[in-house]
Amino acid sequence: MQARLAASDLACRRGERLLFRALSFEVESGSAVHIAGANGIGKSSLIRILAGLLRPFAGTVENDGTMGLVDERLALDQNLPLGKALAFYEKLDGCLDPGRAFDLLHLGPLMDVPVRYLSTGQKKRATLARLLNRNCPIWLLDEPLNGLDAQAVAIVETLVAQHCGSGGIAVVASHQEMALPDVRTIDLAEYAA
Amino acid sequence: MSALATLLRRDLGLLLPGGRGGAGVLPLLFFLAVAMLYPFAVGPDAQLLARTGGGVIWVAALLAAILPLEKLVSGDLEAGVFDQLALRGVSEEWAMLSRLVAHWLAFAPLLLVATLPAAALLGLSGETTRIVLLGLLSGTPGLAAVGLAVAALTASLKGGAALAGLMVIPLAVPILIFGAGTLARPDASGLLLTAAISLGLCALAPLAAGAAIKAARES
Repeated sequence: MQARLAASDLACRRGERLLFRALSFEVESGSAVHIAGANGIGKSSLIRILAGLLRPFAGTVENDGTMGLVDERLALDQNLPLGKALAFYEKLDGCLDPGRAFDLLHLGPLMDVPVRYLSTGQKKRATLARLLNRNCPIWLLDEPLNGLDAQAVAIVETLVAQHCGSGGIAVVASHQEMALPDVRTIDLAEYAA
Repeated sequence: MSALATLLRRDLGLLLPGGRGGAGVLPLLFFLAVAMLYPFAVGPDAQLLARTGGGVIWVAALLAAILPLEKLVSGDLEAGVFDQLALRGVSEEWAMLSRLVAHWLAFAPLLLVATLPAAALLGLSGETTRIVLLGLLSGTPGLAAVGLAVAALTASLKGGAALAGLMVIPLAVPILIFGAGTLARPDASGLLLTAAISLGLCALAPLAAGAAIKAARES
């Protein structure tokens, strides 16, 4: 997997407030970036700017390789069983073997449970499985550990390490510490306007 | 193309009656209820009913088309579905085109079928019923298009559903004028004009609705 993600001179404005400015960084294949900072400092906004979902107030984002996003929004049909709700994305992503991701994240027994009955952590694991099955080089993770128990946290850390090991890129926005190999931390407080 | 087919299948699963997120048969029941109530309100004058019944069916169809708008876009917008689709290269415009087709299929064919019992309740002649049916067939795609664009525009607002209902009415007036106008001048010109307006609206609506979803992200 070859990929690259570069941000140059980014600034983000939400409403009347300038959240951060003059933020530049580049991520090459096989490395991870941890976006750190207090609540409301603009971590989620930065992830959405990198994903191309939010226009930056200034600056540009360049990317080589497709991107996958995990954020606090589930984007799964609440009334469908989990397996069917995820199947929609498997078809879009052309994923032929979704089972491995479900095993890794221990989702097998939940496949017949309607999405609305899942717990916070189970929902988070479902979105991570969707990311795995997307098979894309650039991972954008917004608070991926929210609601996960210790065992699941360890699994996610392993998955991110494996992803970077095989040449992928991971950008993780989190207020929690995450054990990642070869990780660079960007503290958004340093770029606050 | 296959992505669009996948999308359409999901949208149909959501919106078709008996589906998971649509208004179900509510628009149909509402439509029939209007046709049933009207004779009670104006009295059993068969001539009056036959003369005005076609117009009543049109008004009922327009109002019934408003009912499914509440959940048409807002649920998926809140859940972040359009974000996940955008990352997969499915633009908001394509997503809205698929939603438009599914929305029309979910309410219009049922409405056309229900026009038959409604016409019987109002005592419409066979010829008038035929004109109403053809008019609705050419006008409902336009109603669906206006509805979709308005639903997308109001999706991120609190109480957007009530506002959507109010916004659809003025925008749907041209369809009503030409569509119901076919009853007064029963040749093909009114039908063709209605169909032309519908086509234009169907072409514009996915673009407008897509732009609305993108704008909602910035707010």
